[in-house]
Amino acid sequence: MVYSKRLQDRIVDWLIAAFLLALGISTLLPLINTLAISLSERAAVSGGMVKLWPVGFNLTAYDYILKDVKFWRAFGISVLRVVLGGLLNFGLAILTAFPLSRSEKAFPGRTVFVWLFVFGMILNVGIVPWYLTIAGYGLIDSIWALVLPGAVPIWNVIILMNFFRNIPKELDEAARIDGANPWQLLWHIYLPTSLPALATITLFSIVGHWNSFFDGLILMNNPDNYPLQTYIQQLVIADRPILHGGQAQLMAKLSNATLNAAKLFVAMIPILMIYPFLQRYFVRGIMLGAVKE
Amino acid sequence: MRKNSDRFSYYAMILPGLVLLFAFTFVPLFYSIIAFQKFNPALGIQGSPWVGLDNFLYIFRVRDARQVFYNTIFIAVMKIVLLELAAITFALLLNELRYLRVKRAVQTMVYLPHFLSWVILAGILRTILARNGLLNDFLGLLGIAPVYFLGRPDVFPWLIILSDVWKEFGFEAILYLAALTAIDPTLYEVAELDGANRFQKMWYISIPGILPTIVLVASLSLGGILNAGFDQIFNLYSPIVYSTGDILDTYVYRVGLIQGQYSIGTAVGLLKTVVSLILIGISYWFAGKFANYRIF
Repeated sequence: MVYSKRLQDRIVDWLIAAFLLALGISTLLPLINTLAISLSERAAVSGGMVKLWPVGFNLTAYDYILKDVKFWRAFGISVLRVVLGGLLNFGLAILTAFPLSRSEKAFPGRTVFVWLFVFGMILNVGIVPWYLTIAGYGLIDSIWALVLPGAVPIWNVIILMNFFRNIPKELDEAARIDGANPWQLLWHIYLPTSLPALATITLFSIVGHWNSFFDGLILMNNPDNYPLQTYIQQLVIADRPILHGGQAQLMAKLSNATLNAAKLFVAMIPILMIYPFLQRYFVRGIMLGAVKE
Repeated sequence: MRKNSDRFSYYAMILPGLVLLFAFTFVPLFYSIIAFQKFNPALGIQGSPWVGLDNFLYIFRVRDARQVFYNTIFIAVMKIVLLELAAITFALLLNELRYLRVKRAVQTMVYLPHFLSWVILAGILRTILARNGLLNDFLGLLGIAPVYFLGRPDVFPWLIILSDVWKEFGFEAILYLAALTAIDPTLYEVAELDGANRFQKMWYISIPGILPTIVLVASLSLGGILNAGFDQIFNLYSPIVYSTGDILDTYVYRVGLIQGQYSIGTAVGLLKTVVSLILIGISYWFAGKFANYRIF
């Protein structure tokens, strides 16, 4: 009786494992399909024959992308915005969160400032006034239009502020007695203690910058200034032919579907590369957001 | 006079953040007054004529705009409900899984789509959902004739809802998984001694254990019911499905920026902002009252 119950239990275990594995794999099927298409030959793709494995394996699409100047220009702009935007987010999150984590007594006005930032976070004025503001600053077609408007990552500021407030006060007081000023306190006590939290929020801002396309679409008039996601959006989704320069002769060998699939896949690679780090940190990051007091 | 120099340092630290907050959040708020004008970029804010509430009255008269409100709320609410149901079910099942390596592999697979942009995923989905795409192949095996998913107004909202569930259910489950690990293991041991089976343990221990999290997520999601997911819909819709797929944000983009009716676009945006602010206020109040949640 006891044994059979165990066997039953084990069968249920296997069933759950099998179901969840199948679910996990089917979550990835669309990505696998894209990869297979990017590696297949034209006739097979347009005939709808490519499923999860390449048909007529070839690397023509990737070869083409390697020589595609417009693609790499857009890629470069994305890298630039990730670096600039990531650094700005990182620096401003720390600089803003630290004073906000102080007591009202040490930093008069602190509570008002916190409310201002929270209000700023939930206030979403809509894209028309937002666009007019940025255009008014003369930032259209400038890389700064992609990094300055979101330079203060308010949600991250709140997470970090809560994290700073949970750091034991004794550390703070000890440094005070040694004569540390606020800058030294931040640099020698708070930054080293909050490295995992900082890694988490930084990874999230990197992903956010890499993935955003809409600001590039409306704030860049010249397609040469598009970041990669905007470039791909115009090419693959909006199907704007302006961007396909000198592709006609290649179409004989390469189908548009293959080339698009390859571009989608190359644009995914940076995310896949940082994914292992992301996974290590994001669970903790989400927990940080839930920290109170 | 240590204290004064300390204060000075704090003000210096917060200054850049305040300046940027002012420049990119509060200045646009000022620009929102064009909702009460017939704004003409050539004349600017000073030169454009004031029209009072005309733009708002116009919005309520146009059928499009009302349909757009309805579409937005329908898609957003269905997304929240189905996404949370999927995430809770997934978390409960994963919690039952005893093989650690399988557990980790499954998590690695299902979290990935969360980190990919809707541009990429829409590009992929357009291929999958084509007439000769992967999904129609699968339905073909079940004897269902090919469907052109992206061109069917009756199917489109569900496509948006379900593809969002696909992208986010794994990531959304993290909150519930965390709540499940926080449950005291002795509760399960005691239940075992009392002869409870797996399902009873789930029903009487796991689900009550994550109930506070469910209440919290439900409360907070109230603030998002006017956000149906701009990036996703923008990259998947087309004029054929505007009747059921057009949402506030896509409408504002087309009317306000593409057609250049700045004032109408701003008025719709402002209306959305005001309603959202009220909803977020209520949702925080709910979350504070029922789940003891404070953002700071």
